Amino acid sequence: MIRRFSRRELLLAAGAGLASLVVVRPARATPEAMQEAIRKVAGPARINRGRVKLELPPLVENGNVVPLAVGVESPMTEADHVRAIHVFTERNPQPDVLSVRLGPRAGRARVATRIRLAHTQTVVAIGELSDGSWWSDSADVVVTLAACLEEA
Amino acid sequence: MARAMVSVPARARRGEIIEIKALISHAMETGHRRTQDGSTIPRDIIRLFVCTYNGTEVFRADLHPAIAANPFIAFSTIATESGTLALHWTGDNGFSVTESAALVVE
Repeated sequence: MIRRFSRRELLLAAGAGLASLVVVRPARATPEAMQEAIRKVAGPARINRGRVKLELPPLVENGNVVPLAVGVESPMTEADHVRAIHVFTERNPQPDVLSVRLGPRAGRARVATRIRLAHTQTVVAIGELSDGSWWSDSADVVVTLAACLEEA
Repeated sequence: MARAMVSVPARARRGEIIEIKALISHAMETGHRRTQDGSTIPRDIIRLFVCTYNGTEVFRADLHPAIAANPFIAFSTIATESGTLALHWTGDNGFSVTESAALVVE
């Protein structure tokens, strides 16, 4: 006898399929332009994950004004501080967004601004510490209304 | 003329970390947009923002077209001595604006 799949079983199977797709997708599938821009800033240095915290809303209605904040864990002393923070996007017309230079006089390694996002995409923030090490964080943002597309 | 708004606390204790917020009116035209007849609208953005504290640079940011119109930047600095915080914005087409705020450190 041929067994018929119930609607529930089919949905479950489809769900499992989707889940495996998500797992299969590489964790850092960043397009080349962004990688190139990051390399231009960081050189061949190894970029570790962690210490940087990139704050972005996961869902954005208007890509023209997206609040962004980047903080880096650091005591911000003369001997151990954050030298620079850079932000990049994967699918905007240009990968560069913001490059910040700071030092021990900042007291706290944190910067906030508002950015434009042209598409649903991944945003990456990297931080350079005074010991020469690099750290990063990334955030996926879903954009409903894209920036940059309207005519003047 | 561009309108700039700067938020700096008027008084602070020595060694306290103070937050500075800076907002300036500017279209930040990306250079990627086109008019209806298809010609590109040339780029016109603020490229650089610098904060000096009694003449010493404490914060600098390079801005790109991905920064939203009317750029807002918030950052912090340690209140070391009484004096002036000067914020400078420079950009395309000779754009240059400076705004200052006085800070009393107790």
